[in-house]
Amino acid sequence: MSTTVTRPDEPAVASPQRSFRRSAASSVRRALPAAAILLAIAGIWEAVSHWFGVPDYVLPSLDRIASTGISDWSGTLASATWVTTKEVVLGYLLSVVLAVTLAFALHSSRVVRNAVYPLLIGSQAVPVVVIAPVLAIIFGYTITPKLIVVALICFFPIVVNTIDGLASVDPELLRVMRTLDGNRWATLRRVEAPAALPSMFSGLRIAATYAPIGAVFGEYAGSQNGLGYVMIQAIPQLETDLVFAAIFILTAEAILLFIAVSVLERIVCPWAREGKR
Amino acid sequence: MAATGGSPAGSGAARPGAGPEAAPAPGIAAPGTGVQVRGVARAFGETVAVSGVDLEVPLHGRLAIVGPSGCGKSTLLSMVCGLDEPNEGSITVLDADTAQGRLRRCAWMPQRDLLLPWRDVLGNAALALENQGIRRRAARDQVAHLVERFGLAGFEKRLPHQLSGGMRQRVSFLRTLVAGKEVLLLDEPFGALDSITRADLQQWLRSALDAEPRTTMLVTHDVEEALLIGERVVVMSARPGRVVAEFTVNLPHAGSRRELIRHPEFTELRDEILSLLEAVA
Repeated sequence: MSTTVTRPDEPAVASPQRSFRRSAASSVRRALPAAAILLAIAGIWEAVSHWFGVPDYVLPSLDRIASTGISDWSGTLASATWVTTKEVVLGYLLSVVLAVTLAFALHSSRVVRNAVYPLLIGSQAVPVVVIAPVLAIIFGYTITPKLIVVALICFFPIVVNTIDGLASVDPELLRVMRTLDGNRWATLRRVEAPAALPSMFSGLRIAATYAPIGAVFGEYAGSQNGLGYVMIQAIPQLETDLVFAAIFILTAEAILLFIAVSVLERIVCPWAREGKR
Repeated sequence: MAATGGSPAGSGAARPGAGPEAAPAPGIAAPGTGVQVRGVARAFGETVAVSGVDLEVPLHGRLAIVGPSGCGKSTLLSMVCGLDEPNEGSITVLDADTAQGRLRRCAWMPQRDLLLPWRDVLGNAALALENQGIRRRAARDQVAHLVERFGLAGFEKRLPHQLSGGMRQRVSFLRTLVAGKEVLLLDEPFGALDSITRADLQQWLRSALDAEPRTTMLVTHDVEEALLIGERVVVMSARPGRVVAEFTVNLPHAGSRRELIRHPEFTELRDEILSLLEAVA
């Protein structure tokens, strides 16, 4: 083609540094309302526990929870946090691997989809509170039943969202791929899998908030250490401040996992942020 | 191998790199014939999309198909492409009459650019080469030197959302041409663009096909576009679509789009086709 078409229709694109600074500033601005609400809740909490005569075993004050958290940190909480974190992270990873593999299998074969999808939905009806002790009987006080419980709780949103993502590709694009010599594998690898990423990450973010709950369920059913174990021990002793300290650590873990997944999403699929606010 | 003489825009330059022969260059059985459509009918349930269509596009010829919307133009094109099979009749592309064979010989470009948002310009353009088994790096290198001819120099690393509509369509063109197919099937390629960009790309495509001719079928409802790009123009009736008239376009090869559309022969043909379209719609 001998004719060269050049034109000045270069669209304006913000420089990376500038857009980064803008996004940093906007995330601070976005965090402000959340911080304000958090402060308000903390204020009310403190007021109620200090001035309205609520007993400590019902609602311990925040400063008391904090001081218990600090004084019990090296004795019980540190090792419990480590144990639970291991369960959360390993169980979550197990769940991601299983869920994504399953999603691709379900997407690739109609037979597998018809055979497995009902089971998948059924698995979510299994009461985890009941299944956890059974797993503890089978596997003992090891980490295995906790991983299974975490994986069981986490994998459903990942599977469903990944399948939706894989199926979200424009049918006309699939036809284009066929004319571009793309076989089934090439299409899966170069089109469907990347297209599924944003949706898969939605599932991963939901699952991230479930994972600590799963670990606590697992520990409730039978354990020798962990934040769930600390809670079981503390409740009969009316050490409510220790229970709250454990809950706050769990909350922090869920938030950190959520943030980690979100950061990974930004790195892995930066294009998906386009058009989102 | 008559086809290698006027090798298509992308393939001639893109092919010489080594790499597995995923798509062997097909031979040509009937010299001089690019696409032959005989007695083709296609129905979707009760709806008859096209019926009794006969068409022939000579090798390196350019045929434009116009017709009212819903007349089965797009259906016809996807059947030629091998994405769909006719219920009746036969379609031969070069020497291939099976859907598989046609798919290997045809490049198809729909109205929307359908670029992959996670791939930059080079990555999108190199898609077909990667599908043919060429390594990612090598495929990118092969398309890199074609970018300038498509007015995309300097934009190699841009993602689709950073490009204007006209540029995205040109990337889509590049991606289609790089596949190295002998036959080019364009389904309303500029339909989604504003009129200025569309006029621009019509002129660009016309000169590009003049420079490196290849067998082309263009479906459009823009009569001017059909006359600018087609050497022959076929008019189809409303559903069920059939060919009602065929015109040969004898316009000077040189000349800008603006000069051409004022050419008396151009305006005469345009008016004739438009009045015919009004009659069949």
